[in-house]
Amino acid sequence: MSLFNQPFKQKGFLRLPWQSKSFANGIHPEDHKELTEQKPIRRMPFSNKIIVPLSQSIGAPAKAIVTKGQDVVRGEPIAEAGGFVSAPIHAPVTGTIAAVDELVSMPNGSKTPAILIDTWPSSDQAIRYLQPRDTKVMSADDLVQAVQDAGVVGLGGAAFPTHVKMKAPKGKTITTLVANGCECEPYLTCDHRTMLEYTDNLLKGLQLAMVTCGAEKAIIGIEDNKMDAVKKIQQAIDAQQLTNVTCEAVPTCYPQGAEKMLLKSLLGLEVPAGGIPADIGCAVFNVGTLAQIGELVPEGRGLIERIVTVSGPGVSKPGNYIIPLGTPLPFVLKQVGAIENPGMIILGGPMMGMSIATKEIATTKGITGILVFPPEQLPSSSEPEMPCIGCRACVEACPMYLNPSMLGKLADVSRHQEMMDEFHLMNCFECGCCSNSCPANIPLTQKIRVAKQSIRQKAQNAG
Amino acid sequence: MKKQTPLTIRTSPHLKKVLTVPQIMANVVYALLPICAWSVWQFGLSALALIIVTTLSCMATEQLFTNISGKKSTLSDYSVVITGILLALTLPPGFPLWMAAVAGFVAVALGKMLFGGLGQNPFNPALVGRAFVQAAFPVSITTWTPGFLPERFTSFIPSSLAMPFMSPADSTAWISNQVDAWSSATPLSLFKFEQVSTSTSDLLLGMVSGSAGETSAWLILLCGGFLIMRGIMGWKIPFAVIFGAFATALPFWLINPEIYPSPLFVIFSGGLMLAAMFMATDMVGTPLTPRGIWIYGLFIGFLTVIIRLFGGLPEGAMYAVLVANALAPLIDSVTQPRAFGTCARGTGLKKQAGEKA
Repeated sequence: MSLFNQPFKQKGFLRLPWQSKSFANGIHPEDHKELTEQKPIRRMPFSNKIIVPLSQSIGAPAKAIVTKGQDVVRGEPIAEAGGFVSAPIHAPVTGTIAAVDELVSMPNGSKTPAILIDTWPSSDQAIRYLQPRDTKVMSADDLVQAVQDAGVVGLGGAAFPTHVKMKAPKGKTITTLVANGCECEPYLTCDHRTMLEYTDNLLKGLQLAMVTCGAEKAIIGIEDNKMDAVKKIQQAIDAQQLTNVTCEAVPTCYPQGAEKMLLKSLLGLEVPAGGIPADIGCAVFNVGTLAQIGELVPEGRGLIERIVTVSGPGVSKPGNYIIPLGTPLPFVLKQVGAIENPGMIILGGPMMGMSIATKEIATTKGITGILVFPPEQLPSSSEPEMPCIGCRACVEACPMYLNPSMLGKLADVSRHQEMMDEFHLMNCFECGCCSNSCPANIPLTQKIRVAKQSIRQKAQNAG
Repeated sequence: MKKQTPLTIRTSPHLKKVLTVPQIMANVVYALLPICAWSVWQFGLSALALIIVTTLSCMATEQLFTNISGKKSTLSDYSVVITGILLALTLPPGFPLWMAAVAGFVAVALGKMLFGGLGQNPFNPALVGRAFVQAAFPVSITTWTPGFLPERFTSFIPSSLAMPFMSPADSTAWISNQVDAWSSATPLSLFKFEQVSTSTSDLLLGMVSGSAGETSAWLILLCGGFLIMRGIMGWKIPFAVIFGAFATALPFWLINPEIYPSPLFVIFSGGLMLAAMFMATDMVGTPLTPRGIWIYGLFIGFLTVIIRLFGGLPEGAMYAVLVANALAPLIDSVTQPRAFGTCARGTGLKKQAGEKA
């Protein structure tokens, strides 16, 4: 154990409260973004089999509207929304439907019905299914409907159907629209590249969302490790003379990209506990989502591909790729030169993402990143859990001002009710700061997660 | 097709900070070593033996208890080494070694292992040991030896080598053989009982007598600063303790500088600096909440000065830390931070939303 092998606390260590506006606490993990942030977005080829799960977003699963053996054109709807909080699905490739309602594995280990498509090998895969329209004359309701028809969901990872957020809820007004370009998760750079390469689409989508929300102004919040994106967007704003749109750099600190944290940083307002941004007159959208809205809605197309960061030490060609939705993961891994026997694959970022048990899954709308680690280079250690020494690292890391140490101790003895009543258990959004900073290697986030699930289960059983 | 190794599944977050508990503890040990070195330089063989004896005694006790309870040895987390070194640093350099061994045993057995080991102890174990010997051996614990004696590296202070349960040999002859005029009283007892003040620069540099590791304030500050720079220790508790002591001593000094010590003398003398940097910051016994640690630190500083000025003892830092340790759970429970999205006063939320709209 060398004396000087650990880095000194660097970023944010001596930042005084008045020197920068940011939320309180948080952590500064090594971001590893250098692997991909300078690489332009590239397109990934089409695999000859496409697997489209019907349940790709939060809310009701989509309903298939195609039959086996039917030929579909790239961009054509193949499943309709199963309700208001649901998004339709479009054919990612031109091909033939091989199966409908085939059960396939999802990243979380469950099985879900999916549509299988055999890609036509000789097709040029041009998008011929589109309905260009003038968004300037469309009403707010029409625009919201158009966003739902395009199947857009939150591309920052949550995969919440975007059109639901695009109207102010009853009794609330939205005055400020916030575009979230923080991308605070280590490794991920897909939003960063989107902001650099699809700046105009982003601003177009932003303006459309402002119309539907009725927002007077919009702020694009970007972490200050992406100043090139800030500059690029500011130039575009100036060029288009958008007076009600501003672009602001916020300090780089995880989890700056959580909407409650970003709102606190930009506006100094806290979203009420258990509330939504609309409670303080705001709506937050991921920049990737807005860029897709700006691209898809005017052309009347559907969401059939997304930008995914494929990175990690187990990949020889890390980068950001436009991947057709439903591309099987083994195909993606082969394209990027991933090692044959990875030790761990994480979908999403390393802080909130999920490590998967099988490679036999397909990319969906909610996958922001695919990180591959060789067995000898796993991102987390498997050191045994030690007793809590009360070092306060978790308390000083928690952006929600919780007391994870106490929550963990109560979770050990299953006092879930007390955790909720006295220690604000349900406010936790599982950002992982507490587990990350714990020197005793206590899986605090996981303990809290289990406690939350147990409480929800209890409420369900009672209700 | 050859068999694939299964993918590892872990729960998020997948990134971990590098520092672990043993690394934190090891760093604290590194930070204590210069203070030990100074102590040995100043007091010689006896101080060295004292540090070794308490450390070994503490480690042996911990090993004994883990063996009895059938647990895995916990020596490798270094926390017990800190206890041993800290204990030695608070004892007089000529403290009989067998008593030091008893202190080490009591510190770890009573102060740590009986509560369930690392993380469970409500009090700082080193101070529990110190408090025990303060009560058990009141004479030896207040017998001080001047530093920088010529023979300190060739012979032990006679009292160090006392046989168990025998009254320790008088060191006076040994000392007066080497120097002509000397006073073994610490600056604090000089001040308390004889109204003699010691200059701040002597206190800073450690040119005074006192406990093995408490003499040089600037060295302790430096070593504590090292830990703070490395992000292992927060700056708030040490600052709060020192500030609390300073702020408590200031009004008394302003009222009557003849009777009351200057605030600078207060913070640089005795065990306050060591207590602020290494005792009060012992993570286990401190409150968890952001406001709680301020209250805790200020309280230690305040209580130390009150004991020094009005109590029967010249030094109060030890008891101040122990009392504050005992209060930590209470402080925690009354200073739970407000949850994000709830106003400090509980009702301001609607207004906040209205202001924005």
